[in-house]
Amino acid sequence: MAEIWFSILALTLVLYAALDGFDFGAGLLHLWVARTDDERRAVLAAIGPFWDGNEVWLLATGGVLFVAFPSVLAVAFPAFYLALFLVLWCLVLRGISIEVRNHLEDSLWAAFFDAVFAGSSSLLGLLFGLALGNVVRGVPIDAKQSFTLAFFTDFLPTGQVGLIDFYTLSVGLLSSAFLAAYGATFLAARTAGSLRARCLVAERTSAFVAAALFVVVTIETQFVRPSLLANMLHRLPGWLGIAVLVVGASLWLRGYRAGEDRRAFTGSSLVAIGILGAAAAGLYPTIIHSTLAPEFDMNAPTSLVAPYGAEVGLVWWLIALVPALLYVVMGFRRNWDRVGRDPASR
Amino acid sequence: MTDPSFWHRLQFSFTIVYHYLFPQLTMGLGVFLVIFKWRALRGNAGYDVATRFWSHLFGINFAFGVVTGFPMEFQFGTNWARFSSYAGGVIGQTLALEGMFAFFLESAFVYALVWGERKLGPRKHFAAAVAVCAGSWLSGYFIIATNAFMQHPIAAYQTGADGRLSLTDFWGLLANPWALAEYAHNMTASVVTASFVVAAVGAFYALKGIHPEQARIFLRTGVGVGLVAAVVVAFPTGDHQAKLVARYQPASLAAMEGRFESGPRASLTFIGQPNVREHRIDNAIHAPMLLSILAYGTPSRSVQGLNDFDPKDWPTNIELLYYSFHVMAGLGTMFIALLALANFARFRGALERWRPLLWVLMLAFPFPYIATTAGWMTAELGRQPWLVYGLFRTADGFSDSVSSGNALFTLIGFCGLYFVLGLLYVFLVLRDIDHGPTQARHGGAAVHG
Repeated sequence: MAEIWFSILALTLVLYAALDGFDFGAGLLHLWVARTDDERRAVLAAIGPFWDGNEVWLLATGGVLFVAFPSVLAVAFPAFYLALFLVLWCLVLRGISIEVRNHLEDSLWAAFFDAVFAGSSSLLGLLFGLALGNVVRGVPIDAKQSFTLAFFTDFLPTGQVGLIDFYTLSVGLLSSAFLAAYGATFLAARTAGSLRARCLVAERTSAFVAAALFVVVTIETQFVRPSLLANMLHRLPGWLGIAVLVVGASLWLRGYRAGEDRRAFTGSSLVAIGILGAAAAGLYPTIIHSTLAPEFDMNAPTSLVAPYGAEVGLVWWLIALVPALLYVVMGFRRNWDRVGRDPASR
Repeated sequence: MTDPSFWHRLQFSFTIVYHYLFPQLTMGLGVFLVIFKWRALRGNAGYDVATRFWSHLFGINFAFGVVTGFPMEFQFGTNWARFSSYAGGVIGQTLALEGMFAFFLESAFVYALVWGERKLGPRKHFAAAVAVCAGSWLSGYFIIATNAFMQHPIAAYQTGADGRLSLTDFWGLLANPWALAEYAHNMTASVVTASFVVAAVGAFYALKGIHPEQARIFLRTGVGVGLVAAVVVAFPTGDHQAKLVARYQPASLAAMEGRFESGPRASLTFIGQPNVREHRIDNAIHAPMLLSILAYGTPSRSVQGLNDFDPKDWPTNIELLYYSFHVMAGLGTMFIALLALANFARFRGALERWRPLLWVLMLAFPFPYIATTAGWMTAELGRQPWLVYGLFRTADGFSDSVSSGNALFTLIGFCGLYFVLGLLYVFLVLRDIDHGPTQARHGGAAVHG
């Protein structure tokens, strides 16, 4: 049962990253690829039908934590207090800037909310990368099953660590670079003309940077959390993740070269899913890893709620998953045309 | 303020009160959109215009509800970790249910509702309105079920060896009688809010003499639906809720009424100031025997006063609880009177022309917001000093690893952020109202593919 709930936690998180990732990426690039008012409206229109539903996957992830591992939630959330509120405020500002920007004709304030949208998206991309880095590296959780986390301590990933050290920062940069490439791939598939052309350039550049950072982070991980790669390579889901990554990368590359934007986007989604899925396989069964001593780790089997709650939760959760996935498919089917091409909708 | 839980409580109450300003209109307006779109489908073009106008406002309101809702979910973990650890095995279910069943449904269709009229065609657009409305009402149920467990933790749990609660009866948790009563009361109240808002915009247009057809639709639908909802809020739902409080939270009832002495033929206080130090109500105007009758159906039943309870089990802020309850009940009564009068005018054919009434309707829309806020304050202050009634004290629930300084820091941040949000919301809504309902689509929207 713990294995199932851990997989569900990983699934929601991976889906969240793969879905909200492209609209974060679009926000990150917003000011750079879209220059005119029409282009900026096109970027917002491209993510318009998606971003709100995508963010629900973050709440769904929190929900899984609450329903299956409330003790983990109770330990981790207060420890990341300020970082989480930074995330929250960015999410609030981002959502509001999209909404307000959609209703504005005034160029002065449109420019302001474009900047808020781009700034909050960029910061969120970095913060989620830092968070992922913290999960992999571990946190200074002690024998009393509690910890607090400063923003930074000595920038080293051992002992009394902070939120930011050289390892989590490189994961944060990787996350930013990847999301930029991912967002560019999405925008290229949904836009046209000079906007699409700039997206393709951004896609190539940030994909190169992301690939280079990926190599760096993989090597760092081998030192920071040696068990992760070893575990990954000993488990079927780990190999599955790697296979998805390889297939995704080749689809992405071929789609890009052939100018087939949708295929490239599918490939880039698979890359995100593959990397995070493989990482999750390598982390099991640890949810919170201790940088102080391995016996302080919080593991899935010991943190799981009592059997009845876990079983009944699993039943309804799986039932709810069907429509939730259906909405995602429906969203893509209904809104997969290029924006600005359909004069009737203007 | 030396109480370490003070800032955590203040932050949660501030953010939840602010947040709830939006979803109550979302839930209530959802009903109106279904009504408007239904009548449009039956061939009345004026209702198509009304649907378009209100769905646009609905979209703005929905977005503000979503972004202010995020912090609520997070704060269970960040600020109330010991409570989450204690009760997560039970309330984790309802909170996660909301995300999986309600939020996905709402978010999948809200875009189609606001922007998809042309693309979808009338029938599918109606279906989108129904789906969004259903999603928001479902979301309300799961939150109310969570709150109902905290108010009245019926036998859906057991306490484990580690002192934490775990679930034993899923359907029992969802069918908590407290949840059913609270839900009916709360949802009809949100319809009242929306009725007042719809009627206020109608009254504004009628007073200005612009958009006469829409003014008429807004006014008539608003006061018509509003009267039914306002009556149901009071009776049977409010009445039933009060009886549950009398039965299961007698100390709360005593504090809501500022009642210290026990005894039969208890009187109901209309107006007066609770004087907790002297154990009495100053300048009170009473209705004799009415409290006994309302609480138990007979004047001979004794209603307990606070003196019957250990002061450590008294609600922590009796004065505020007393005023919250009286503000809610007083406003609720006035809503019925005002809406009855408006409906009388409507059947006399004078609703759109009787200017004093239009002025009152236009300016009355903030009061249902005040009433619902006061109602929730009654529920939550009345639950004190418990976080889970009779089981777990509020003083034990906050995150003790988060310093007061950190909690105050984020509270100040919310004050700033929400001030800006409020300005933007008012600006966008007033702009829409000023722009008015028109046959054409609203301008200024993004390029929607």
